[in-house]
Amino acid sequence: MKISDLIALLKERLRDVIVGIEEMPNNDVMLEIKRHDLLPVLTTLKKDKELGFISFTNQLGVDYGDSFAVIYNLYSFALGNKLTVKVFLEKDNPEVDSVERLFRGANWFERETYDLLGIRFKGHGNLERLLLPSDWEGYPLRKDYVYPEEYHGMALKRKTLFEE
Amino acid sequence: MTEFLSDEMVLNMGPHHPSTHGVLRFILQTDGEMMRRAIPDVGFLHRGIEKIAELLPYQAFMPYTDRIDYLASICCNFGYALTVERLAQIEVPEKAEYLRVISAELTRIGSHFVGLGALLLDLGAVTPFVHALREREVYNDLMESLCGARLTHNYVRIGGVSYDEPPGFREKTRRFIDHIEYEFLDEFNELASFNTIFINRMKNVGVITAEDAIEHSLVGPNLRGSGVKHDIRKNDPYSIYNRFNFDIPVGHGKFGTMGDCYDRYWVRVEEVMESCRIIRQALELMPETGPVRTKLPRVFKPPKGEIYVRTECPRGEMGFYLISDGGKNPYRLKIRTGSFSAAAMIGEVSQGVMVADLVTIIGSFDVVAPEIDR
Repeated sequence: MKISDLIALLKERLRDVIVGIEEMPNNDVMLEIKRHDLLPVLTTLKKDKELGFISFTNQLGVDYGDSFAVIYNLYSFALGNKLTVKVFLEKDNPEVDSVERLFRGANWFERETYDLLGIRFKGHGNLERLLLPSDWEGYPLRKDYVYPEEYHGMALKRKTLFEE
Repeated sequence: MTEFLSDEMVLNMGPHHPSTHGVLRFILQTDGEMMRRAIPDVGFLHRGIEKIAELLPYQAFMPYTDRIDYLASICCNFGYALTVERLAQIEVPEKAEYLRVISAELTRIGSHFVGLGALLLDLGAVTPFVHALREREVYNDLMESLCGARLTHNYVRIGGVSYDEPPGFREKTRRFIDHIEYEFLDEFNELASFNTIFINRMKNVGVITAEDAIEHSLVGPNLRGSGVKHDIRKNDPYSIYNRFNFDIPVGHGKFGTMGDCYDRYWVRVEEVMESCRIIRQALELMPETGPVRTKLPRVFKPPKGEIYVRTECPRGEMGFYLISDGGKNPYRLKIRTGSFSAAAMIGEVSQGVMVADLVTIIGSFDVVAPEIDR
């Protein structure tokens, strides 16, 4: 389906909840919605017969400095189209509904985002750290992350050539 | 209920188990030989590649992409270069496109040989593994003549490739794929694929339906093994893949149920043949001379924007989500890999199977641990 057609179709189906919709490079569409609309919108995108965005291809969290964002990449086998859904979250309370029940594959993606960015997913069955040790402090992919000096007695920093 | 489950035992498998293909650990809840659950424990190889990307200029990150999936480094290079090129709208010379496709498909063959061989090795068949690695050695020599490295190639650059083909490269490559397609695969199939014991170990084990595969975000050969005809090279063509004539092999229950371990194995065998077809056509069409690299400014700054690009790696689609703020480093780079969702799936399909079948299931998904952890 052409990008302009898809944008028109999405505007018709999700009239009330769209905050922003625009074309992205690489034949993609960026759909921005509000935080509390995430679960209903993704349910519509997946369950709607005509849209059929059943494939959950990617999910990531971003630290934009003054706010966080969670981005979902979906794919529709029926249309052959990609869709990027973006939700902005407040800096002091990064929490969003989990879509693990809707897309089972989202389970580990959400755990990874929680692990590296500290974004909490409400309703996730097992929201624990995935890649880092469970007693690790801080969230490394945040822009204000400070590297720890040591972990259980192991030095994590060493002097490089540039800092004397 | 718990008093009836008194035989339940919690066992640890890995992180240095020979059959887990790298540093990957499973916590098994077993009842005798039957397994109730296998919980994958990942993260032993987490190197923070996504964080490193934020600290380095665009070109300087290229060698790190080799280390995402060390068995298919060129495919990772390719995906990253393509992402930056699409965002900055850089044209790639014609010859570089062909060299990229040829090297990426050679890498797919080399990677599948390790995957197939290691699976057989896990099931106790040592000889096919040695045969597969013998052929991979020829591939290593080819890549060494092309870019000077045997494992982490770092061959693709943003805007092209690093070197032109060496003299005699086409002839050697043609001889290699002729040998693979007409001699080696027949020998390998006779030795291993159609062996009755092997078939019985593989068929009807770890069955995944097409719906389940899509639901759990499986990609690549694992998805196609369940009968879903989806390949990024066909469905969302990148580079020059739309110029070649090739098929997408899918699982159709060759010996057992559709989506079992044997289907995932057989899809890989057939993919090797399709890769040979692509390479043969690319060698015919590749121009004799021409530039292989676009000149970029020394301080390269792509425009502000966000992009998500998927490419087909040997372990399924590899997606790069790149956010650029107009600076010389990426603002955020997320790498989505095929093994990540496959590793999550292992925990789901391994409920109620025998302990020995878990090894089959892990091998059939062909997970590579550094690709899970990044």
